[in-house]
Amino acid sequence: MFLVIGSNMTEAHPVAATFVKNAVLRGAQLIVADPRKHPLADHASLHVPIRVGSDIAFINALMHVLIKEDLYDKAFVNSCTVDFDKLKEKVMEYPPERAADICGVSPDMIRDAARRLASVKPVMLCYTLGITEHTCGRNNVLSTANLQMLLGNMGVECGGVNPLRGQNNVQGACDMGALPNVFPGYQPVTSADARAKFEDAWGVENLPDKNGLMIPQMMEGLVDGKVRAFYIFGENLANTEPDIRKVEHELASAEFLVCQDIFPNETTRFAHVVFPAAAWSENDGTFTNSERRVSRVRTASKAPGQAMPNWWIFKQIAKRMGQDWASDSARELWDNEISVLAPQLCGIKYRRLEGDGLQWPCPDEDHPGTCFLHKEGQFTCGLGVFTPVEWTPPAEVPDEEYPFVLSTGRRLAHYHTRTQTGRCEGLNDILGEETADISPFDAADMKIGHGDMIRVSSRRGEVQVKANVTDQVPKGMVWMAFHFRDACANWLTNPAFDPVTLTAEYKACAVRIEK
Amino acid sequence: MSDNMFVLNGREVSFDPGQTILEAAEACGVQIPTLCHLKGTTPTGECRICVVEVQGADMLVTSCSTPVEAGMQVKTESPRVVTERKKILEQLLTSGNHNCAISGSDNGNWTEFQLQVQKNDASSELCPVWGDCKLQELAYQYQVKITPSSPQRDYYPSEMANPMIIRDFSRCILCGRCIKACNEVQVNRAISMGYEGDKAKVVTPGDHPLSESDCVFCGECVQACPVGALVEKKARHIWRPWETEKIRTTCPYCGVGCQQLLHVKDGKIVKVTGVEDAEPNQGRLCVKGRFGYDFIYSKDRLKTPLIRENNEFREASWDEALDLVARKFKEIIRENGPDAIAGVSCARSINEDSYQMQKLFRAVIGTNNIDHCART
Repeated sequence: MFLVIGSNMTEAHPVAATFVKNAVLRGAQLIVADPRKHPLADHASLHVPIRVGSDIAFINALMHVLIKEDLYDKAFVNSCTVDFDKLKEKVMEYPPERAADICGVSPDMIRDAARRLASVKPVMLCYTLGITEHTCGRNNVLSTANLQMLLGNMGVECGGVNPLRGQNNVQGACDMGALPNVFPGYQPVTSADARAKFEDAWGVENLPDKNGLMIPQMMEGLVDGKVRAFYIFGENLANTEPDIRKVEHELASAEFLVCQDIFPNETTRFAHVVFPAAAWSENDGTFTNSERRVSRVRTASKAPGQAMPNWWIFKQIAKRMGQDWASDSARELWDNEISVLAPQLCGIKYRRLEGDGLQWPCPDEDHPGTCFLHKEGQFTCGLGVFTPVEWTPPAEVPDEEYPFVLSTGRRLAHYHTRTQTGRCEGLNDILGEETADISPFDAADMKIGHGDMIRVSSRRGEVQVKANVTDQVPKGMVWMAFHFRDACANWLTNPAFDPVTLTAEYKACAVRIEK
Repeated sequence: MSDNMFVLNGREVSFDPGQTILEAAEACGVQIPTLCHLKGTTPTGECRICVVEVQGADMLVTSCSTPVEAGMQVKTESPRVVTERKKILEQLLTSGNHNCAISGSDNGNWTEFQLQVQKNDASSELCPVWGDCKLQELAYQYQVKITPSSPQRDYYPSEMANPMIIRDFSRCILCGRCIKACNEVQVNRAISMGYEGDKAKVVTPGDHPLSESDCVFCGECVQACPVGALVEKKARHIWRPWETEKIRTTCPYCGVGCQQLLHVKDGKIVKVTGVEDAEPNQGRLCVKGRFGYDFIYSKDRLKTPLIRENNEFREASWDEALDLVARKFKEIIRENGPDAIAGVSCARSINEDSYQMQKLFRAVIGTNNIDHCART
């Protein structure tokens, strides 16, 4: 059985969705919790159309029912977790009747969902950015973990919490320590031991010991001058970050902006120096997917002009700043540095990656890799900790002036800001422009026809865009993507962030629509 | 003989309960030819090319849909089986535009036939899958030659009206693999078998073109097609199997990490297919994975370092651009310390690039101001 929440899998992770659909054809149950009746919901045995930003109330109510009706996995809770009492106390404040008001679904539907979840083992919970891109994103994630621990669905194949990573190598970029708080392999920069290890490996002294800035802080630092130089590698921040006007003001404020990319884009306009990089299939390397599988990427074509591999560019800068690095290919970087320094990756060497790759943790070279984590309820920190969380509404909710909620995401034929897919023959023919998806109810109310141009505005900006009248979208909601610059949803989105992760609330802001 | 044994071509072999004859034979290395069978989907027995002889049975049975029974005596290449397969192949070859199997027997009819097909096809080229066609392969294997003749039925015109997939009904053998791929593998439910008898055709609901249907252009049907009835528009007549090298790689789009085969001709990717039986995607791809590869050849690519001067970019050498960046970074570190520099890595690029960038920031610049879009 699957519980898919905040994930438009058939469009954002199409091939993963095929395996869910296959399981449904073979008799697995599928519950989809999502404001939109997106295509995966057509395959679901139950679609719970919760309101945007009501996930915690929904999950707390599910757990309320599971505890009240004695349907949870007591053996797992007793032997593998702590703080059940704290969780119980909190979720008892969320009877289905209360959650129903918040979520916009009936109390009986919540009870039904809870009973179904308790009826089968294992249940795999899949989520995507519908969970994380909220001011309560971190708490949303904790809720999913609470639910799966309560159901005893952790540490088993086809169970667990399965976040589908948005980008091909977002898992890998984390594993590599492209994060302000950890070295490669999640070793904290605040740990003296970890610093000593990397100082030794890199032949340097005094590695910085406090956590660095996260992206929104960096960008704010451009305006107040705390950040004087900003180096953007392969990101089109001018289109992808919430509130484009604010972002462009920040980028324009940069004293010295370096962009390293394969195409000129809306962000490189602000650069002082642009480095041309080799693209996918123009150099060898590895990607790590959502299942922590490290797979090879191979060279098929020559990079154009003087474009060079990214690792080479960083190495040249290091050299000019006084460090001569030995590794001179992606393979040498992996085999001689990464897999030596990151404990989870020690057993992964290029020679072992010829076929289907290896899933970390893979601690030694005879290890077959690890298909799923927390086996037999053994969590990284020992026992699984229940962390009760309170529901909080999005930072900006509809009001009289801006009566609709805007939620955003990706569509099937394109990827992010179309720097890649917009340049592939045929993909623009499949989807050539942005639309604002609205419900037939609202369209009728406002006399908007399918394909009519409408104006969508928020407190931050406005776009002219074609209306796409679809019953995928519930009354009161507008749904848009960020693939096309002119009608990019990020002219409208709210730069309000989760206080811990600083993830922006792309999934909820208030807008108005006018014909 | 024990409960899990049967006799295959005179050899006693084991099988797992529930296995078909085809699966059990494949498990012990005996190949049985198939056309309509698509691994992992329910068998139809439609094309009958996989027939085998079972002792005691009057008729030949389709191995893809017949379960093995203990003690069963099966022959996979008996004279009776071979005769039947030749007959089936002959029928398939004469049913459409499959002249590639005819060696040295061209005549006027063939030319006329070919011209007629080409009118629909809008192409004067050799069959786009010549050399990579299951039917062609089997025709050679069983040495089937057909007498050239006019087409035995009228064909539906080819469908070219979408950006990705060409449907050439003159080459369709109605095996139904595309339907299985769409309905049981990708579960998009965009196509099914329509009309009857001589009029049979793979159709979308209402027989509308793919672009006006529920088709999402994943191209699973193209990968499943054993003949030249479904081909990639971008690759047609450019891709030839004997001119291309296949390179396995990982898709550059979402976090699933599908394994792709890049079909590379003269240093250029001309087609992409899924790696069959590979993890995690088992041969499947989506529209971006299959058709989203040619951005790297765009004329818009950045080809040289650029430096801003008087509010415009000018081309620069690597040395000049790198020197400038290093000099500026050193100046800022000297004046305000390393934390006045910040960087964002790329979640699209390879691990080794992200490793190298965070190393530059930590070990060289001396700051932990390195992040990427992980939490969005």
